[in-house]
Amino acid sequence: MSETVLMKGNEALGEAAIRSGCRHFFGYPITPQTELSAYMARKMPKIGGTFLQAESEIAAINMVYGAAAAGVRAMTSSSSPGISLKSEGISYIAAADLPCVIVNIMRGGPGLGGIQPAQSDYFQATRGGGHGDYHLLVLAPNSVQEMACLTADAFNLSEKYRIPAMILGDGTLGQMMEPVDFSALPKPVFAEKPWATNAMGGRRGPNVIKTLYLLPEELEATILEREKKYDFLRENLQRYEARFTEDADIILCSYGITSRVVETAVRELRNEGIKAGIIRPVTLWPFPEKIFKQVRPKAYLSVEMSMGQMVEDVKLACECRVPVYFTGRTGGIIPSPAEVIAKVKEIHREVCAVV
Amino acid sequence: MSEVIYKKPDSLSDKPFHYCPGCSHGLVHRLVAEVIDELGIADNTVAVAPVGCAVTADEYFRFDTVQAAHGRAPAVATGIRRALPDRFVFAYQGDGDLAAIGTAETVHAAARGENISIIFINNTIYGMTGGQMAPTTLPGQVTQTSPYGRDPYTQGYPLHICEMLSALNGPTFLTRTAVDSVPHIRETKKAIRKAFSYQLQGKGFSLVEVLCACPTNWGMSPTDAVRRITEEMIPYYPLGVYKEEV
Ligand SMILES: Cc1ncc(C[n+]2csc(CCOP(=O)(O)OP(=O)(O)O)c2C)c(N)n1
Ligand code: SF4
Repeated sequence: MSETVLMKGNEALGEAAIRSGCRHFFGYPITPQTELSAYMARKMPKIGGTFLQAESEIAAINMVYGAAAAGVRAMTSSSSPGISLKSEGISYIAAADLPCVIVNIMRGGPGLGGIQPAQSDYFQATRGGGHGDYHLLVLAPNSVQEMACLTADAFNLSEKYRIPAMILGDGTLGQMMEPVDFSALPKPVFAEKPWATNAMGGRRGPNVIKTLYLLPEELEATILEREKKYDFLRENLQRYEARFTEDADIILCSYGITSRVVETAVRELRNEGIKAGIIRPVTLWPFPEKIFKQVRPKAYLSVEMSMGQMVEDVKLACECRVPVYFTGRTGGIIPSPAEVIAKVKEIHREVCAVV
Repeated sequence: MSEVIYKKPDSLSDKPFHYCPGCSHGLVHRLVAEVIDELGIADNTVAVAPVGCAVTADEYFRFDTVQAAHGRAPAVATGIRRALPDRFVFAYQGDGDLAAIGTAETVHAAARGENISIIFINNTIYGMTGGQMAPTTLPGQVTQTSPYGRDPYTQGYPLHICEMLSALNGPTFLTRTAVDSVPHIRETKKAIRKAFSYQLQGKGFSLVEVLCACPTNWGMSPTDAVRRITEEMIPYYPLGVYKEEV
């Protein structure tokens, strides 16, 4: 039976987390993710869960580290400047192979930036953000429904593979209202956690969660072991949406809210007879590079709310066999379909010119 | 027949301490382990280790341990505590860890009255990184980064953690002890036992500050180091109970 309600993205995300068995939320206020914290503050005490407003994002992520080490499903959320503060903790969580969900409802940066939506934390999310050789699983919803579904996925995948997961959204997705059907949510699948530091009782010896390895050989061995997991995820977890790609001359790549603009633009371009297609990565890490090996456009266009970050992954994925272009707005501005259409037409003139 | 009158606590592993001769860390580890044995709570304990010389405490303790990032132990302990309300959770931290980089985490865990205990090793120096000035370094004390002696005019004054935290409503037991003499060591053990018991009774945040020696980075022999605790540290950091709610 469908359970459809009209909800803000941030709240749908919170509800999905609760339905996924998350009972521990640690946050620090920041626009534009505030509705999520407020939702958790309202709900958690009523269901025996923990909502704790920490003294900083640093404290919040370290509370997540402790709760995750103890074996529960834990979550924190923030927006860009707060994610920078959390990066230290995220590196430790990745190094300790702990599962958790981190939400970044991006706003314009750098610095204090602005409070309008942006996608300029793509590098930070997909390249690690903190120090060391590590990755997060990065999921990029483009609707309120996906905010909910990908949150449920994030908890399951994070636990199954012992990797911190990030939901990378933006201010628009967080604050817009759309219908969301909670009956479509993936069911929670709880993994065994024999490694959890939840006190020794019943076990033969102590469990230890640590990230320090003073012997280089030992440290290298733990990193190589983790890299095997990353390789497995790169091979098996790529998710994307591809449309109109078979005959496409130009494939537009975009994620999150930008993909909704691209959708409108591509429909319009098709009406005008320009063969435009869409690849929308849903996992930003692992990046869905396989699909790029199966398509044969004459050019790619990466559309982002940044100065061009994902475009680097598009270039790597298609191995620069054809030109890769970028267009976008930043600072809190969503590109308009007209801007995207104009750019595609310009590229079309360059790569599809009849000689 | 021979009779065992003194033995290693069960809560300590067989691994020999890597701490320098005369270092107080090993001694305080032992006191903590003895108390945990006596309270019979090893099976129910999760410890949080700091970044500092005690970062490898997990190798000595025979109970679950989580290594925190530098200064974040009270936040990590909070996460564990909230996830496992019926377990015993304590953090073990040095002065750089607790009173410089982790001041916010310390103060707010205390202010929340988080039901955890903290063992705070005040040795007036950064041990692990080779002897730099700590937030607790005494005025005039020579360290690698106060080579002419700590000058309060440019380098500020030391933090008195027990005094500071005693201004908050959250903590229920705060005390400062030392390990410079047998009576003081006994008092330290009693204080640890009391702090731990407070948590077991659900009374909230407790902290035991222990004035300790770092002979290596003080450039002293172990015996001179003990004398420094008595003659220089105790006068500056008065021993005693700073808060005790019954
Ligand atoms: C974020 C971060 N900054 C700095 C360090 C380097 N560091 C390691 S231990 C330490 C100081 C430890 O001193 P203290 O807390 O007093 O403990 P002790 O070694 O004296 O027991 C520092 C600064 C680090 N590991 N992480
Ligand atoms: S450096 Fe100081 S604190 Fe560290 S083990 Fe040696 S004596 Fe102890």
